[in-house]
Amino acid sequence: MFRFIVRRLLQLIPTLFGLSLLLFIWVRRLPGGPEDAILGERATPEMRAAIRRSMGLDEPILVQYGRFVQRLLRLDLGTSSSTKRPVVEEFLERFPGTVELTITALVIAIGIGIPLGYLAARRRGRLIDHLSVGGSLVGICVPIFFLAYVLKAIFSENLGWFPSSGRQDPTIDATRITNFFVLDGLMTREWDAVADALWHLVLPGIALASIPLAIIVRITRASVLEVLNEDFVRTAEAKGLTERTVRGRHVLRNSLLPVVTSIGLLTGGLLSGAVLTETVFAFTGIGAFIYEAIGQRDYPVLLGFIMIISVVYVLVNLLVDLSYSLIDPRVRVR
Amino acid sequence: MTITGKKERLDRLAELVNRDDERGVSLWQEAFRRLRRNPAAIIGAVILTVFVLVALIGPFFVPYEPKDTIGIREGVVKSGQGIIPGASAEHWFGYDHQGRDVFSRMIVGARQTLLVGVVATLIGLAVGALIGGVAGAAAGLGGRWGRAVDNVLMRIIDMMLALPSLLLAVSIAALLGASLSTVMIAVGMVSVPVFARLLRVSMIAQANSDYVLAATSLGVRKPKIALTHIVPNSLAPVIVQATLTLATAIIEAAALSFLGLGNPDTAQPEWGVMLADAQPYLGIRPALAIFPAVAIIITALGFTLLGEAMREALDPKLRK
Amino acid sequence: MRASRPKAAVAAVAVAALAVAGCAESDREDSGGSNNDTLVFGVASDPKVLDPSFASDGESLRVARQVFETLVRPEEGGTKVSPGLAESWTPDEAGTTWTFKLRSGVKFHDGTDFDAEAVCVNFNRWYNATGLMQSPDVTAYWQDVMGGFAQNEDEGLSESLFKSCAAKDATTVDLTFTRVSSKIPAALMLPSFSIHSPTALEKYDASNVGGTATDVQYPEYATAHPTGTGPFTFKSWDIANKSLTIERNDDYWGEKAKLKTLIFKTISDENARKQALSSGDIDGYDLVGPADVEPLKSEGFNLLTRPAFNILYLGMNQQGNPKLADLKVRQAIAHAINRQALVDSKLPPGAKVATNFFPDTVEGWNGDVTTYDYDVDKAKQLLAEAGAADLTLRFHYPTEVTRPYMPNPKDLFELVSADLQAVGITVEPIPLKWSPDYLNATTSGSEHDLHFLGWTGDYGDAYNFIGTFFDRQKDEWGFDNPALFAQFQDADSTADVADRMEKYKGLNKTIMDFLPGVPISHSPPAIVFGKDVTGIKASPLTDERFANAEFKS
Repeated sequence: MFRFIVRRLLQLIPTLFGLSLLLFIWVRRLPGGPEDAILGERATPEMRAAIRRSMGLDEPILVQYGRFVQRLLRLDLGTSSSTKRPVVEEFLERFPGTVELTITALVIAIGIGIPLGYLAARRRGRLIDHLSVGGSLVGICVPIFFLAYVLKAIFSENLGWFPSSGRQDPTIDATRITNFFVLDGLMTREWDAVADALWHLVLPGIALASIPLAIIVRITRASVLEVLNEDFVRTAEAKGLTERTVRGRHVLRNSLLPVVTSIGLLTGGLLSGAVLTETVFAFTGIGAFIYEAIGQRDYPVLLGFIMIISVVYVLVNLLVDLSYSLIDPRVRVR
Repeated sequence: MTITGKKERLDRLAELVNRDDERGVSLWQEAFRRLRRNPAAIIGAVILTVFVLVALIGPFFVPYEPKDTIGIREGVVKSGQGIIPGASAEHWFGYDHQGRDVFSRMIVGARQTLLVGVVATLIGLAVGALIGGVAGAAAGLGGRWGRAVDNVLMRIIDMMLALPSLLLAVSIAALLGASLSTVMIAVGMVSVPVFARLLRVSMIAQANSDYVLAATSLGVRKPKIALTHIVPNSLAPVIVQATLTLATAIIEAAALSFLGLGNPDTAQPEWGVMLADAQPYLGIRPALAIFPAVAIIITALGFTLLGEAMREALDPKLRK
Repeated sequence: MRASRPKAAVAAVAVAALAVAGCAESDREDSGGSNNDTLVFGVASDPKVLDPSFASDGESLRVARQVFETLVRPEEGGTKVSPGLAESWTPDEAGTTWTFKLRSGVKFHDGTDFDAEAVCVNFNRWYNATGLMQSPDVTAYWQDVMGGFAQNEDEGLSESLFKSCAAKDATTVDLTFTRVSSKIPAALMLPSFSIHSPTALEKYDASNVGGTATDVQYPEYATAHPTGTGPFTFKSWDIANKSLTIERNDDYWGEKAKLKTLIFKTISDENARKQALSSGDIDGYDLVGPADVEPLKSEGFNLLTRPAFNILYLGMNQQGNPKLADLKVRQAIAHAINRQALVDSKLPPGAKVATNFFPDTVEGWNGDVTTYDYDVDKAKQLLAEAGAADLTLRFHYPTEVTRPYMPNPKDLFELVSADLQAVGITVEPIPLKWSPDYLNATTSGSEHDLHFLGWTGDYGDAYNFIGTFFDRQKDEWGFDNPALFAQFQDADSTADVADRMEKYKGLNKTIMDFLPGVPISHSPPAIVFGKDVTGIKASPLTDERFANAEFKS
């Protein structure tokens, strides 16, 4: 197991190196430059040239890349050209929001998706099956930003049940430690802050969960159907084991493997959705920030953020692989 | 936005089709018979037929020129002051914020939406087929170099699968500047890894299959094997995947329009553009957003229903 | 035991969480009281920096206006220069030295006294800037107004307008300039000329714009310790929650703020701001979409309309397309556009078609300039005369942006482009993202045949509009007109105000005959507050005084 982890982490190095080069070339190919974003309406050509010089953008691209790698090795990601604050700092302030949002979406998607998919498979051909399959198809087809607006119009504007924007009511004045608002609230025992942060997560969480939920329902259903036909299930039933045991120990456990795999792969899709969800809900996260950074030509932020996200993505999938062995003892990681 | 869990399902799809290859053409007949019995497939097919008909011939029968700002010329639309008249006998769906006839725009927009979806999918398919084909051939040829090429190509494809699709599309759009072809390319590129993987697995499986070995040993020439066996057998999963990709392409194009990276000729109606345009007027005329949104959902649903039904029809295991 | 493994993991996590929880104690004071003295205001973007000397974005300036004060400031709800930290001001005979009589008894937020010395410390800090502080993105407004520094490090900079500052006594200060300029004293109202506490500037190393050349980094002062004399003091900036909190300054010299706490919350999406207001998340927001004005009013929200202190124009570049250098073609374009229909249908109530390049509320406006009415036949005829019947023009417009003068550029583009096509001009649409692509494309090079741009006045002087646009050769317009430039030079250096205003009128006439672009509209931007918020007066300069806001009980 240990050797497996080490090997996977070592594999990360060439990937990251390739990715950093690709990214570096890509951001430099974007038309325009940070100097324009900085100056706005008042820019003159002389001012632009002065800024390019001051940022070292007039040097050969390979020299720039070399400097970037050098700093990367020191874990220094530079300073954002639009906010003038260290990229690492920006990341630490925004990443927790996306993580909280993603976890909420996953909890909703898994919490509803797996039971629903299981139920649909057990009651194959009945109403619940048709409803969940049909619902999941629609879930994939609704543009996420439209869903977000509809949710807000109904649940915050008309009914007033949930807040429509942000991560927490700013009047609460909560203490920040990790910038994971829920965790911070738990650690400092500011229960109102915890409740409020959770409250703010509901609507964006649902909007973001729509697609993963649909996918999980369908994968679970298909996988349960497959397992139900396996010999060992029939054997277990024939042995006269209670239905509860058969369901829990045999069917569910065996059908979870593909579901867990898909959850690892969902991370990429969730981040896509986060770009839109965070924008519509004015939620502080990295999705919306990367999108802004592309517009602002904020090279350091783009490079830094996408590098960190790739590492996170690989780590999440490593975790998923490790979790196989927890669910299915036949899978031994080497 | 993307069909995730992609890797497994794609590989699976490719394998499944190959499983029945001994029967050749009968695979298609069999699948078609199953399709006809599936109500979901019927619904999907009906939706798509209506959509394609509207897109193809609808524009010839629209009551108004879709770019004509009648309402502003006549002074009845003052969107800057929150005045946009709704449905009437002359304008069935009312005016939009620029005083244009919404009904005509929906009809003409269907054609544009279909065009974006189809071209984007074709781009994804072409590029994906190229990469998948090269990788598959390299792997098939074997040898250290062949495997190395295959390996490198597949790592790139994996990286593309891992990247958030919308960010990929946004990056491409930012790089190329806004234009109609940019939208098509950006949306198409997102589906490249999907098609590449599909074709690669399909080709490798085909090359190693018994009937190809048999045909080779019978002395059938290689191009003929490729044309009569490998291509038709690889086609089925590609058609299924293309149908499903059309649905995501339409939704993704709408998302790009929402982010302001759509067609620069914004007067040209397209559902995604219309939905994005309606955002500032949600407060006064939500219908402006609801019409295109519902149209997008229904069309995407049509493609998804048909695609899923075809996948199932080709997958006897799920039909047990 | 296999089955219990997940349970064990959950238990371990729970124990760990409890252990951490045990270590951390809440360090927050109990806020108590009602929320009736806390106002949450929705803004479109995060402020960039808290030291207004380095700011040029609207949101940084909005915060600065509550925390800091300037020597002179606009009257509430207007543009007239009125007393701020200075009670009165007079120029000497030459018009180059201005004497400011300062208010006494004013204290900075850190408890130190405001006096003439403090004013000089501030001006000398800007004037003596070195290194990265001379970068145009760091001190944009200083460079815009003053032109340069004591020691210019870049040859592109011009000689500084500011010359020296002398503290005559505790409440009298002399500012000396190198020449007469129309900018003084009005430009000193800009928040970038806010007076900071010298003690705090030193303590937090405010002038140390540091890092390396590639890593410009603001000093601690500019991100966490802005110290001024304003009615609010800075409390905290919570980037993770996109909110910035300021609190009442209980030692303020004037009328104290009625709110105890004022929070600026960033919501970039226009619709999201509206939804946040109607769901009660926020108590007001800026940059209201024109279509929302009437609905918000009818729902009972306190909607304020600012006077239209701006201009939207269609720029024409004479360099990239030789046809546009022909006055007849420019006139044809002006006649082709139905500006009245555009203003009626797309702009908020109260918007007006523009005839000069600044609104008639600014002195120097001229009612007798040449006007260009909507006339399709005349446009076609002019085009034919110029031999430009088959003209193709690249038309740039920005996406994803709302400017106070241009609420919906895409809609405007569609209408103007349809008008141009109606007279036989072929339009090639070029949409670009506002920042940086669009601004870059329209202010440099010569590819941008036609483009939309505009301006919101910084202060109430005509030069701030037309001088900014036309007083020198600019890539935006692509023309070289030395006679016009000389006319500007003359007006700017005229010390006598009445005389200068006459010269501005003459300039407007010249400009509208030369027609470098088509002025389109002046439109009043709206700002909205909750049903129970009163006391705020809309300002044409976006200088709303939040200190006067209160909740109706």
